Amino acid sequence: MTLPRKPQVRLQYSKLGKVRFTSHRDMARIWERSVRRAKLPIAYSEGFSPRAKLSFGLALPTVFESVAEYADLTFDEPVPAEGLPELLTPLLPVGVDVVAATELEGKVESLQECVMATEWSLFVDGDLAEVGAWARDLLAADSLEITRERKGKTRVDDVREALLDARVQPIATDAPVIGASTEIVVNLATKPRALRPLEFLGINAPPHTFVLGRRLHQFISPVGARRDPLDVGAAQATHDLSRAS
Amino acid sequence: MDSLWSTLEPLLTRVEKPARYIGCEDGAATPEYTDGAVSWLLAYPDTYEIGLPNQGLQILYEILNERPDAVAERTYAPWTDLEAEMRAIDLPLFSVDTHQPASSFDVIAFNLSSELVYTNVLNCLDLAHVPVRCEDRDHTHPLIGAGGHATFNPEPMADFLDWIGLGDGEEIVGDVTDVVAAWKASGSTDRVEVLRALAQVEGVYVPSLYDAVFEDERLVSIDPIFPDVPSVVEKRTVADLADWPYPKSQLVPLTEVVHDRLSVEVFRGCTRGCRFCQAGMITRPVRERPADQVRTMIQEGVRRTGYDEVALTSLSTADFSGITEVIKSTLDDESSGCGDVSVSLPSLRVDAFTVGIAAELQRGRRSGLTFAPEAGTWRMRQVINKLISEEDLYASVEGAFSQGWRRVKLYFMTGLPTETDEDTLGIAELGKRCVEIGRKYNKGASVTVSVGGFVPKPFTPFQWFGQNTIEELNRKIYLLRDEVKKIPGLQMKWHDPKATFVEGMSSRGDRRLGKVIEDVWRSGGTFQEWSEHFDVDRWTDAMTANGLDVEWFTYRHREENELFPWDHLNAGLHKDFLWHDWRDSLNEVGLEDCRWTPCYDCGACTGYGIEHVVASATPPAGGSQGTGQSPGRGQEVSVQLLARPVGAS
Repeated sequence: MTLPRKPQVRLQYSKLGKVRFTSHRDMARIWERSVRRAKLPIAYSEGFSPRAKLSFGLALPTVFESVAEYADLTFDEPVPAEGLPELLTPLLPVGVDVVAATELEGKVESLQECVMATEWSLFVDGDLAEVGAWARDLLAADSLEITRERKGKTRVDDVREALLDARVQPIATDAPVIGASTEIVVNLATKPRALRPLEFLGINAPPHTFVLGRRLHQFISPVGARRDPLDVGAAQATHDLSRAS
Repeated sequence: MDSLWSTLEPLLTRVEKPARYIGCEDGAATPEYTDGAVSWLLAYPDTYEIGLPNQGLQILYEILNERPDAVAERTYAPWTDLEAEMRAIDLPLFSVDTHQPASSFDVIAFNLSSELVYTNVLNCLDLAHVPVRCEDRDHTHPLIGAGGHATFNPEPMADFLDWIGLGDGEEIVGDVTDVVAAWKASGSTDRVEVLRALAQVEGVYVPSLYDAVFEDERLVSIDPIFPDVPSVVEKRTVADLADWPYPKSQLVPLTEVVHDRLSVEVFRGCTRGCRFCQAGMITRPVRERPADQVRTMIQEGVRRTGYDEVALTSLSTADFSGITEVIKSTLDDESSGCGDVSVSLPSLRVDAFTVGIAAELQRGRRSGLTFAPEAGTWRMRQVINKLISEEDLYASVEGAFSQGWRRVKLYFMTGLPTETDEDTLGIAELGKRCVEIGRKYNKGASVTVSVGGFVPKPFTPFQWFGQNTIEELNRKIYLLRDEVKKIPGLQMKWHDPKATFVEGMSSRGDRRLGKVIEDVWRSGGTFQEWSEHFDVDRWTDAMTANGLDVEWFTYRHREENELFPWDHLNAGLHKDFLWHDWRDSLNEVGLEDCRWTPCYDCGACTGYGIEHVVASATPPAGGSQGTGQSPGRGQEVSVQLLARPVGAS
């Protein structure tokens, strides 16, 4: 028996300021409480311990900021996307603003499935020219090997394919980051295995130290199209993003 | 004041669980510092995860922030990784609300729930750049206070705490604010002046205003050094919880904490009279919150926080006279619009009625249910006045397994007065019987016995008892462990007797222990509640270095008329009542719950001109446990049918 598909809404939200120190798991709990407070008809999973049906894309590492987080909410009855940002934002912590929402129509790939690449702004303490040379060397290399640990085993991976693009620039004077001098904007693939921003920063004796990172975009297929996950229906961007607290 | 946030922020990228240090909780106050307002920093001397849910701290935080002349922020002990980072750049302890330096507050008040946090208090003061000893502070330093159950014998901390609030804090913090505000306004630089004024507040004890005299090893007197300072400090008791519906805006943390749910306190105090239980003794009389107010607090709390679980807290929640109605209305309340809300009762009584309630509550997965018989034989339970019959216990366990629970956990103590090996091994016997009952319903049924060493506490009938040594507790635990090993399906867990020893030494210690606590802290002994940081050698070494005898402080039986270090404080209970109860205990004579039997004049009500506030004149249904009821042993367990199928939403 196939049950009729339950209505879904995809939201885009930010994670800026002090709240960047919460974990992915913390954020999931924060969302659950906020959705209950909003009295939205959220669907629950079956089983002994029913959980609210909220799914998030690729985990944002703790301490990173983001202007491009996404969540899919599954409801028991249709909920219009319009108005959700205004409803939810006041119920979320300072720095977490829902900026856009779209209803998902028909069969849509989950965020985990559809996101192919992520773009990051990484603020580092390091000389602009040296960091620029380091990044150019990485892009020019045929292979980039890093050592990873997984389930207690170490292995060496070639991550060159996952490094899609990187550019190095001075930090905009109107948005300084304390302790940082240089900004790296980097585009990293997530499939078959995501290259994490801190893994990227650690390749080949880096001439810099990490200060702050911010996810700028998550891109869905096809690779290189720069389509964001809301680009599956009629997205309504209703808010401007600005750094909170 | 200047926020330390920009200095702290870079450190947080390098520490574990940085969300512990950011504040931003829903329900957090936005402090407004006005001229003359008294600023309080409420401090929990353990990690944020443990400290944040503390209801006492949250209640005082709200009450103070509601006052126009006070402001309150919070702080918790930073974990060792952040502490190292802070010390490396000389960053002081900060409030989590707006990241103000701790030393900039007028008052720092610590919550002392157990003895093992004492060294963390010193560490927090040192991190705050405040001298740890009272005598080294001047008018520029905050007034260092404390409250909480452990402060009923504050003498080990007398060197470090300027003032101590005994009993309920709701009214004390207001009175202390008035005194400090007046002192600030006067421009006085004389710290003794404000301390003397604080000593006039009912429920406030100022240790430095008392002179403790020792002859040989013995305390012979502890008297005020000024005529206006009271010779006995009475605890403070709020007469009616209905006047204090706090917390109104419970803090909702952004990160995981130990009790991550809504809490509503349904009553304070307990008259069951378990002789080991300090909490039950020092919080008398019983004061119930009206059932209507409980309901309102649940509804508003659920709506505001988004929590889907509410804990009804007290020392024995099944005794709350409104329990059935409150649970029913909470589970059936559709009006909140917040979906299903589950109810948990942290302190369960052992009887059929309780299992019925638990069945009503746990409609979903039934994994584990916990009971606390506390002792393995009926004789032993008469000694400690925990009057649970074996029939009651087995009926409860049968009720639990027959209604789908698969694991039962039983709490016990060892090292109790008059305990024989037969009593200790009775725990295994009891556990074995429970496994047998469980196996009738479920092949995988398992029972865990959890055993802790008994610590005699001040203001209990057992305050005269000499605690078992580490060796004796180990012997009993291993004796029991060997027996438990022979029983399939029975597991055992136990508390480290070395930690029990340190708790016991501090629990009934006097102010000479101040030097020991300071030495342990200076040698690096913080977070002593955490097994990975606890080190008993630090404590025994410090005792030796200060010429103090572990045996004398911990293991010695006290004499009837011995002056206790806490005898100048009064928790309401007459010392002769406690002595008689101690003698009754040795004669295995039980004492009934005075809520439903005539008063035996323990002193808690009469001394303060207040009474038990109980909505129902009859004891709650079911259970023989000290209610004076004898509901026929071995009866069928009443089984509450599930209102909704398991797993339905």
